[in-house]
Amino acid sequence: MTRAYRYKIIFYRFLVLLVVLGSWEGSTRFGLLDPFFFGQPSGIAVRLYTWTTQGTAIGPLWLQVWVTLYEATLGFFIGSALGIVCGIILGRNQFLADIFSIYIKIANSIPRVVLGSIFIISLGLGIWSKVALAVVLVFFVVFANAFQGVREADRAIIANARILGASNWQITTGVVIPSALTWILASLHVSFGFALIGAIVGEFLGAKQGMGLLIANAQGTFDSNGVFAAMILVAVVALVMEALLTFIENRLISWRPEVVRAE
Amino acid sequence: MAADTAISMAGVARRFVTPTGTISALENFSLDIAPGEFCAIVGPTGCGKSTTLGLIAGLAKPQDGNVSLFGAPVAGIDPRVGFVFQQDALFPWRNVLSNVCAGPLFRGTPKAEAERQARDWLQRVGLAAFETSFPHQLSGGMKKRVALAQTFINGPKILLMDEPFSALDVQTRELMQEELLALWEQNRAAVLFVTHDLDEAILLADKVAVLTSRPARVKSVYKIDLPRPRNVADLRYDPAFITIARRLADELKEEVMKARMPPAPITKQVAV
Repeated sequence: MTRAYRYKIIFYRFLVLLVVLGSWEGSTRFGLLDPFFFGQPSGIAVRLYTWTTQGTAIGPLWLQVWVTLYEATLGFFIGSALGIVCGIILGRNQFLADIFSIYIKIANSIPRVVLGSIFIISLGLGIWSKVALAVVLVFFVVFANAFQGVREADRAIIANARILGASNWQITTGVVIPSALTWILASLHVSFGFALIGAIVGEFLGAKQGMGLLIANAQGTFDSNGVFAAMILVAVVALVMEALLTFIENRLISWRPEVVRAE
Repeated sequence: MAADTAISMAGVARRFVTPTGTISALENFSLDIAPGEFCAIVGPTGCGKSTTLGLIAGLAKPQDGNVSLFGAPVAGIDPRVGFVFQQDALFPWRNVLSNVCAGPLFRGTPKAEAERQARDWLQRVGLAAFETSFPHQLSGGMKKRVALAQTFINGPKILLMDEPFSALDVQTRELMQEELLALWEQNRAAVLFVTHDLDEAILLADKVAVLTSRPARVKSVYKIDLPRPRNVADLRYDPAFITIARRLADELKEEVMKARMPPAPITKQVAV
């Protein structure tokens, strides 16, 4: 990619953003859209500014972001750890896989967000109900990938390891897990997004703090700019975490040949 | 079944159950290989050559007959067996040194000692300068050298090779054949070398077993009385070699023609 091409792309990206925001702002100003219902870019910017300088109705803004990030991160770690462990165990053990596969299919087909209500009832309005929901959402994504990754491990490589003298345990740790790592890391990318959804939906259903509560509050007061402002903050959090995960991923699988990336 | 055979297969059958019925890969398969003997088996594509190796390695069990190593029946994977695979079976996440170390480490050798041995083997296959490279950074021939070092480091008494050089270009293949013979002269394992390349079989082996089309049986066994140590590059143009090659080619052709006749679908079975 040449330098000129990169600049050209950046220019057009800004142009797209400008056109979208401009027409949104314009149509609210000229009465095509009612800013009361649909918000307004300038109003969103003002809302973000007042939130940062004067805090929100439910406390300082950084605290809301922190609480949600904390819940999502905790849920993400617990959920992915459980998903990886279960995925590897079931992937390596046909007997257990045969027993549990039906329950996993059933559990996977129910809309898990509904579990949020149960968690609020049983775990209360604090962070743990949100963590639990995030765990559930993350678990299935990571589990499915870890399981598949284990199953896809190259049979020739496993046979080679066995003949070279590897025990079953050595094959699991030395062959199966490294080869499943690509799959697992790919799922971690997606699943941080799920952890955020879990935390926010949990807060939506009932909380004392957090981005979800902020959104629910804005909705309750017909503050559409507030909803959009909170949305932008969540997106920023998600993008920062995504960048962090990519960094970790590249460190972990440095043996992989350079792949041509889409971006 | 005498104890002076390294590999003995007697009346072996191996069948696979597929959705379209049972496929017989081997039927009444018998072959003996003496310690230190280099035996090549050639046969039509898909005739069950790889299956044979899987049975000897203990990766699969026969439905009928006996497979024995040094007089004792195969029960699981035998530590005296080394296996060089057709496809790339190196660990892609380990560097070259660590790949060669794998065998000794799996078998409980301390790390420092395993690395010392691995460096020695890398020296022998001419890859000392590449110990920190990863497999994907190496050429096909270099990967095969790593695979040979990885196998030979365990000091196998029985060496199974499943078309190890078939994916290489002609020049590289010839170099690797030389390399293999040089390593084998020092190690003198009993070798079972599967190939579909008749020239390769004759150039390397003490005896060549020609298999029938499926189900595979040993059709005939030829002693190859070419002197050792052999120089693969020169031997290729030796009249003695050409005479043998011509005779075996006719034999093999007959089986290949037969293998073409039945339209039965052939699915590649991985014996794991």
